[in-house]
Amino acid sequence: MSHAPTLNPEYVDETGRPIFHPAEEPHHPEGHSTMLGFWMYLMSDCLIFAILFAVYAVLGGNYAAGPSPKDLFDLPLVAVNTSMLLFSSITYGFAMLAMYRNRVAQTQAWLAITGLFGLCFLGIELYEFAHMIHLGATPQRSGFLSAFYILVGTHGLHVTFGCIWLVTLMVQVAQKGLIPANRRRLMCLSLFWHFLDVIWIGVFTFVYLFGMLR
Amino acid sequence: MTVEHSTSPLLGRLNWESLPFHEPILVATFAVVVIGGVGMLGLITRYKLWGYLWKEWFTTVDHKKIGIMYMILGLVMFLRGFADAVMMRLQQAMAFGGSEGYLNAHHYDQIFTAHGVIMIFFVAMPMITGLMNYLVPLQIGARDVSFPFLNNFSFWMTTMGAVLVMASLFIGEFARTGWLAYPPLSGIGYSPGVGVDYYIWALQIAGVGTTLSGINLIATIVKMRAPGMGLMKMPVFTWTSLCANVLIVASFPILTATLVLLSADRYIGTNFFTNDFGGNPMMYVNLIWIWGHPEVYILILPLFGVFSEVTSTFSGKKLFGYTSMVYATVVITILSYLVWLHHFFTMGSGASVNSFFGITTMIISIPTGAKLFNWLFTMYRGRIRFELPMMWTVAFMLTFVIGGMTGVMLAVPPADFVLHNSLFLIAHFHNVIIGGVLFGLFAAINYWWPKAFGFRLEKKWGLVSFWCWVVGFWMAFMPLYVLGFMGVTRRMRVFDDPAYQIWFVIAGVGVAIIAVGILAMLIQFAVSIIHRDKLRDETGDPWHGRTLEWATSSPPADYNFAKTPIIHDGDAWWDMKARGYERPVGGFKAIHMPANTGAGFILSVLSLIVGFALIWYMWWLAAAGFAALIGYAIFHTFNYKRDYYIPAETVQATEDARTQALAAAAATQG
Repeated sequence: MSHAPTLNPEYVDETGRPIFHPAEEPHHPEGHSTMLGFWMYLMSDCLIFAILFAVYAVLGGNYAAGPSPKDLFDLPLVAVNTSMLLFSSITYGFAMLAMYRNRVAQTQAWLAITGLFGLCFLGIELYEFAHMIHLGATPQRSGFLSAFYILVGTHGLHVTFGCIWLVTLMVQVAQKGLIPANRRRLMCLSLFWHFLDVIWIGVFTFVYLFGMLR
Repeated sequence: MTVEHSTSPLLGRLNWESLPFHEPILVATFAVVVIGGVGMLGLITRYKLWGYLWKEWFTTVDHKKIGIMYMILGLVMFLRGFADAVMMRLQQAMAFGGSEGYLNAHHYDQIFTAHGVIMIFFVAMPMITGLMNYLVPLQIGARDVSFPFLNNFSFWMTTMGAVLVMASLFIGEFARTGWLAYPPLSGIGYSPGVGVDYYIWALQIAGVGTTLSGINLIATIVKMRAPGMGLMKMPVFTWTSLCANVLIVASFPILTATLVLLSADRYIGTNFFTNDFGGNPMMYVNLIWIWGHPEVYILILPLFGVFSEVTSTFSGKKLFGYTSMVYATVVITILSYLVWLHHFFTMGSGASVNSFFGITTMIISIPTGAKLFNWLFTMYRGRIRFELPMMWTVAFMLTFVIGGMTGVMLAVPPADFVLHNSLFLIAHFHNVIIGGVLFGLFAAINYWWPKAFGFRLEKKWGLVSFWCWVVGFWMAFMPLYVLGFMGVTRRMRVFDDPAYQIWFVIAGVGVAIIAVGILAMLIQFAVSIIHRDKLRDETGDPWHGRTLEWATSSPPADYNFAKTPIIHDGDAWWDMKARGYERPVGGFKAIHMPANTGAGFILSVLSLIVGFALIWYMWWLAAAGFAALIGYAIFHTFNYKRDYYIPAETVQATEDARTQALAAAAATQG
């Protein structure tokens, strides 16, 4: 059996013979793949939003003789709403900075503020939906409105889960402090929160701003 | 557009009339299932196996046990899916000359829908996921997957999806729409019953499991490879698994989103896929195939890996063209996203769009052809051993090439306008799915069974099964090509033209031969289990394998590798054997392992309850179930203790036992 001399130079002993087992077992500490795994989850979620954006692109002009974006959208209100979410991303960033400095109380305070901004965002969004439905612009009214509600609503649902998750993490940080497991979880939620911000930028641009130009 | 039925606040749409007492076939099936089920539960109770099952299997996070459970799920569902196939063949062979056959339209339409859904989602998917689960960590020298708990959860979500499909048989009905549930037929107006809702929630629940297991396996392959195993030293099966899982993560969310939109149309009356108020049914067809085409490559790619491992092992040679095999796999992965429109050239998207998708489709045959030549050149001048896995592989090559060529025919848009939705198409995709996926699974089962259970599968019944399957397959599906050319479309229940009948009868005989093949396979399993001591393999390497899974004992210990191996070359185990590797017999350390948990099972059961409640409009139960689901998930995150150590003494004792077994085996051989 001819054998190409393709020994891995990192793993040979002094005599040049191959080593088949490391002296120290390679250690996979708990959570070593978590950030990669969570990132992949976010990308799969991103794909869901991609589909909803695509659906909006296809159906967004189908008003079925019903209201159009110009009849419905209140840009100043949406701008305020957008700022809520943007501020919440900044404050989440402050929470992470506090976490890196190991300051539990400060982390918790910034998390709480982030949560409040998140709730404000949801409140304004619900108000907007209620107002539109009051005007007769329900999800059933036209393809445009179906696509609008499902895209914006899915984002809102994500923010809702983000808020529940945030409260859970605050309780866990209160219980156990900033242990590695909790840091990892805060990192994941951080990714999630900023990800929702990015999605919202897309919604704001393609749904609201472009909608007013149609 | 809501359809008013008598719905009670407590049970929603569910009432006595939902139970199919008027269908004698279903009543009889139900009786058999109840008797069988009660018998099985009785046996489990009689032999006090509940604790064992719960502790060792249901709550396990061991990738090997989860892999085996996936395979069992796939096998059970396969028998159900095949029963549907037999019923369809029988109906179509009978329903001529004014005869209505023996199935009414309501029942027949459910059968062809259930057959497709079950075979793809609950047979092929669990089985390839099972294979990947079992083999990938072993092939890369890891102790488990990256997220062992998630793995258990994924399995149970898939299972609960299957449970919903099975429940639809006896409670209510299944969809009558075909396996992809195109609207407007699947909309609330034309399908007001629970069938499509069963379809939606079964796929949504199982889809969560599939997506998460995809993420899990990618993370495992990226993060947990043994030292020295660069990407281009990974076994080909691991490579094809990686690509298949990338496809899963990049396509299943599309299915999820599409089904959410369909649910919105059905539950709250939105207008995504309706014909009025600005909806667009063809958007559904596009979306579902943007998922659907990658899906077929998710199914076949891991089996391409299996065929590569088998060909190389049983030819006693390194795989010909490893690098080209890897590149071909990656190219197929990418191209699989650029062909979806070939499923509906007849949509009328115009000559340029159809040409684009026709050409991309034909291009896929190039990397696939490269793979075939690689297998052939691996066999060329090899010392081929025609064991069962190799026989299935050769049968695959012959069958799959024909299926591939009819696929290229369908890729030509003008030809497709003639053949679209005809039995020619049915023959084509069964030709590649049975000839590729199923034959590959049978090769894999025969090849890795000794690894999983420590004894080989018996050969005689394996041969009976093999020949019945191959002959039966050709006999069952070649007539469908002919019928397709004669203009017969799919999903027909009765026929007028007597010229068709002989072909349907031949196809029916083919299915009967396949049935013998399936029976022979079950007998093969039973006989092998009974004679397991005679078929025992102590070496852990019965085929003179080339990849790392053969370095372990059969079945492997909980921790897979007592000491993590270092990889110097591709075909790592072959390389180690060639360099005179000696198995370590001492100096073991405690091994860090994930702990079992019942959380995955509980979360999945709660999901099942939510799904069932939504299907039947039991709003209170859906809300309560959902609250419980979220509550329990949060509760589970408060459990920080998720691991344990296998003490060094236990590892030593396990390895000592293996040392003795190896010595005993060597003595009897010598």
